[in-house]
Amino acid sequence: MTTNQLMFIIFSAIIIIFSVMTVTSRRILRAATYLLFVLVATAGLYFLLQFNFLAAIQLTIYVGGIVVLIIFSILLTSHIGDRLEAPGWKKIVPAILVATFGAVITLITVLQFDFPTKAITGSERTDIREIAKSLVSTEKFGYSLPFEVISILLLAAMVGAIILAKKRED
Amino acid sequence: MFEGIPLHWFLILGTIMFFVGIYGFLTRKNLITILMSIELILNSVNINFVAFNKFLYPDHLEGMFFTVFIIAVAAAETSIAIAIIINIYRRLVDIDVDKMNKMKY
Repeated sequence: MTTNQLMFIIFSAIIIIFSVMTVTSRRILRAATYLLFVLVATAGLYFLLQFNFLAAIQLTIYVGGIVVLIIFSILLTSHIGDRLEAPGWKKIVPAILVATFGAVITLITVLQFDFPTKAITGSERTDIREIAKSLVSTEKFGYSLPFEVISILLLAAMVGAIILAKKRED
Repeated sequence: MFEGIPLHWFLILGTIMFFVGIYGFLTRKNLITILMSIELILNSVNINFVAFNKFLYPDHLEGMFFTVFIIAVAAAETSIAIAIIINIYRRLVDIDVDKMNKMKY
């Protein structure tokens, strides 16, 4: 077993265990903390695949932004000592059935398919210069239009969040 | 750098994480925990995109850009969802999905 395989197994074990704990924990603040571990381990996987920029984005936006936002809203909307009521069997059994069947069907399909993987040459363009060039280029493999659209979406989301959470005058 | 890791390992990981998120989405009642399940689902999709990018098209960056845009959309979605949740809490003092029936006809 190589070091990479070991790292992958460690990261994926963290991801799977803490994902399950995120969706089953009955204390909501702990669930948010487990989600934090999942997202950090995902950033580790991105580092393993040499997407350094993406891992940095994952750490800043997901871990630094979204989880902090979720924890803030938990502190605003629920009491820390409270436990969530456990879901009844009527809910758990269909959910487990749906998840298991879906996972089994997807895994069978995925494992049967023979992906034409390419040999990694080591000259892949994942440095920040190439990313920046294709992000604003209008040529083939350029992403300037989605980039502009996502900026408008983020502006709209910002304005919408302010308007929604603002205290009403009436 | 990552010799010895087959593509299928990433896909299995993504599948398990996705359906754990689905399970949480179906069983949870609190709005914020449902939001956390959605984050899990989006994250598993990101892992798949990145793995496909690295293993099938290593000389392009398509999967990486899709992941960046998914992260941006997830951030926008979370901020709006939390604004809505805080608004609901202010009006109904409870954020359980079972008790939200004020707009029912």
